[in-house]
Amino acid sequence: MNSVNVMIVGVGGQGSLLASKILGSLLLGAGYDVKVSEVHGMSQRGGSVVTYVRAGERVCSPVIEPGEADFVLAFEKLEGARFAPYLKPGGVLIVNTQEIDPMPVITGKTAYPSDILSSLSGITVEAADALALAEAAGSAKAVNVVLLAKLAKYLPVPYEKWVSAIENAVAPRFTEMNLKAFKTSYDQ
Amino acid sequence: MKELLIGNAAVARGLYEGGLGFVSSYPGTPSTEITEALAKYDGLHAEWAPNEKVALEAAFGASLAGKRAACAMKHVGLNVAADPLFTLSYTGVNAGLVVCVADDPAMHSSQNEQDSRHYAIAAKVPMLEPADSAECLAFAKAALELSENYDTPVLLRLSTRVSHSQSAVETGERTVPAQKPYEKNIAKYVMMPANARARHPMVEERTAKLAAFAEDCPFNRVENPGQKIGVITHGAPYQYVKEVFGDTVSVLKIGMPNPLPTKLILDFAASVETLYVVEELDPVIETHCRNLGLSPVGKERFSAIGEFSQATIRTSFGLPEPQHLPADPALPARPPMMCAGCPHRGMYYVLAKKKITVLGDIGCYTLGAVPPLSAVDSTLCMGASVSGAHGFLKASDPEQAKHTVAVIGDSTFMHSGMTGLTNVAYNGSNTTVIVLDNSITGMTGHQPNPITGYNIKGEPAAQVDLEAFCRAVGVRRVRVVDPYDLAACEQALTEELSADEPSVIISRRPCVLLKSVKPKPALRVDAEKCRACRKCMGLGCPAVSMKTGKARIDTTLCVGCGVCEELCAFGAIAKGGDEA
Repeated sequence: MNSVNVMIVGVGGQGSLLASKILGSLLLGAGYDVKVSEVHGMSQRGGSVVTYVRAGERVCSPVIEPGEADFVLAFEKLEGARFAPYLKPGGVLIVNTQEIDPMPVITGKTAYPSDILSSLSGITVEAADALALAEAAGSAKAVNVVLLAKLAKYLPVPYEKWVSAIENAVAPRFTEMNLKAFKTSYDQ
Repeated sequence: MKELLIGNAAVARGLYEGGLGFVSSYPGTPSTEITEALAKYDGLHAEWAPNEKVALEAAFGASLAGKRAACAMKHVGLNVAADPLFTLSYTGVNAGLVVCVADDPAMHSSQNEQDSRHYAIAAKVPMLEPADSAECLAFAKAALELSENYDTPVLLRLSTRVSHSQSAVETGERTVPAQKPYEKNIAKYVMMPANARARHPMVEERTAKLAAFAEDCPFNRVENPGQKIGVITHGAPYQYVKEVFGDTVSVLKIGMPNPLPTKLILDFAASVETLYVVEELDPVIETHCRNLGLSPVGKERFSAIGEFSQATIRTSFGLPEPQHLPADPALPARPPMMCAGCPHRGMYYVLAKKKITVLGDIGCYTLGAVPPLSAVDSTLCMGASVSGAHGFLKASDPEQAKHTVAVIGDSTFMHSGMTGLTNVAYNGSNTTVIVLDNSITGMTGHQPNPITGYNIKGEPAAQVDLEAFCRAVGVRRVRVVDPYDLAACEQALTEELSADEPSVIISRRPCVLLKSVKPKPALRVDAEKCRACRKCMGLGCPAVSMKTGKARIDTTLCVGCGVCEELCAFGAIAKGGDEA
């Protein structure tokens, strides 16, 4: 792997910053130059949030533009569809099938679009009920590591490195639960 | 050891390693984490000040006393701190003084897109601008030295993309210089006309010395000389240029945007066939080039609006874009909104229902302007709700006072609403001010303020008595309501709007995102009783929806605030149990 561009997308409040923290430190530890770009402030209040993670021999720009991502890790289905155009042809959309209604849907102005994933062509879509997997492991907050486990299968980084990156990033009392969620998702 | 740090944390690390002894700031995206990170280090004093002017003046005092000092703010914060900055340029410093200012191109979390480089030029102080976290650390440290070497405050300019991007840094040891003795020096530090006249020539001489320094300082550098295309760039855009062109064009990277070098730029321009200036926001470098008689390709190609990216550079140079799926314009947008259970919602609902004219302010509660509440009429800057409402009512028919309010948060009130309220009382407008007191600075990520009763370290601190404060400035009608109690909000509004004197309504309930706030059990909808009247939808609560013809409450989001329950005329919303 010469380089990898990962976009982590979701809804403000879903806690996707932890996923970028784990991924960033993992890739830095694997010897890559790494840049991670985060979103803070107003859009965190229930809006679409995007984090970029880029790794390679030398990374200049901290952002990813349409057609540049190898992976989009989507914490929510609609956000997965929204950011699918950021994938390179043949890129992989790893998407949590959870639906969180945006305000225009809540107010009934428009419907939550149905069947948005099947119309995406030229990319690989890997959908998972990450919320159910996370809750089975003990906490909805483990959605982060459930989705990272799907990504882990594509990246040439040994399983043990993922385990230690997770151990370093989460509070000790949540380590066991997160590792359980990661393994279940990885083995699935 | 290499570690990933966001630019702001790297700035903090650089200041810490450079022996910083004092930091005072007011939170503002994208600058907030600088001060938060500094507060975690031992051996220095860190604090949240009520506003940026107080912060910079406090940092001046610390510098005067002989300790290296800093403050951090967002771009519009420098407007507030501009008063001390311009005269600090004249007094200079004792120990090093660095002012970190973070611009927000694309306005991710701001009300305008101003370019702070103009302040460096106008105040005649040097400015450094890093392009990644390693430079954030190095430049912050160097800025302290530069400040002492040239007897000047130094601006450290950041942007959202530099402040909030992580990249690798090597951290070093902290070196604390001996505290500089404070010596009384009236000619240097008392800026009355006679002394200031004597200091101004020093400012001009210093600028000339700094301009000479800019010619071969470590902050400006030429990369890959001798190519046909030459690009002068800075900060985040430097990274986009390198991303697209790698080492195939000559680059003059400007790390010191003020004062700009002359010979370095002329020599660079002479060494290339075509000269480009790629800068975000205003044509500062470009204007300097034109003043030197150069004709670079600049703003006619690279917009003064918004944030750049590698795609901007590709498009501007006519290079192809990568293939990708088309964006689907039919997908519903997901704008930010007030959280489920947000205490601001109840008060806004009542304001919208009564069709009140609302002069608003800066904070999470600016989101009261979005549908379905659409309850805010204006948002200008910190504090403008209160002072603006005063002017609005002085210029309106007296009847207007019966349906006009100012709405301001607790932290924003301490920042600059209190002076406006003093004006309301002193100059006698019949203004009704609503202080949305959620007991925290919310939007920037939960910083304490003088109303919360604790400081940046979480230690107990003096607490402003808001009711007593309002009375002390001359407002006699001051009352407190719970924004979860819609009837009480409506009654308070009706009574205060009809009063013939100024009033303050304190709408008090802590932010639901605070760890100390424990959610109540989620509410549920009895579908039998729901008449689908949509009244609850008027709240714009993300937990309440109506997709199936009846109201529905998302139990994973609902915190049981009970506002929709109060609103329902049919008793269809009740406490207890999970909804299927």
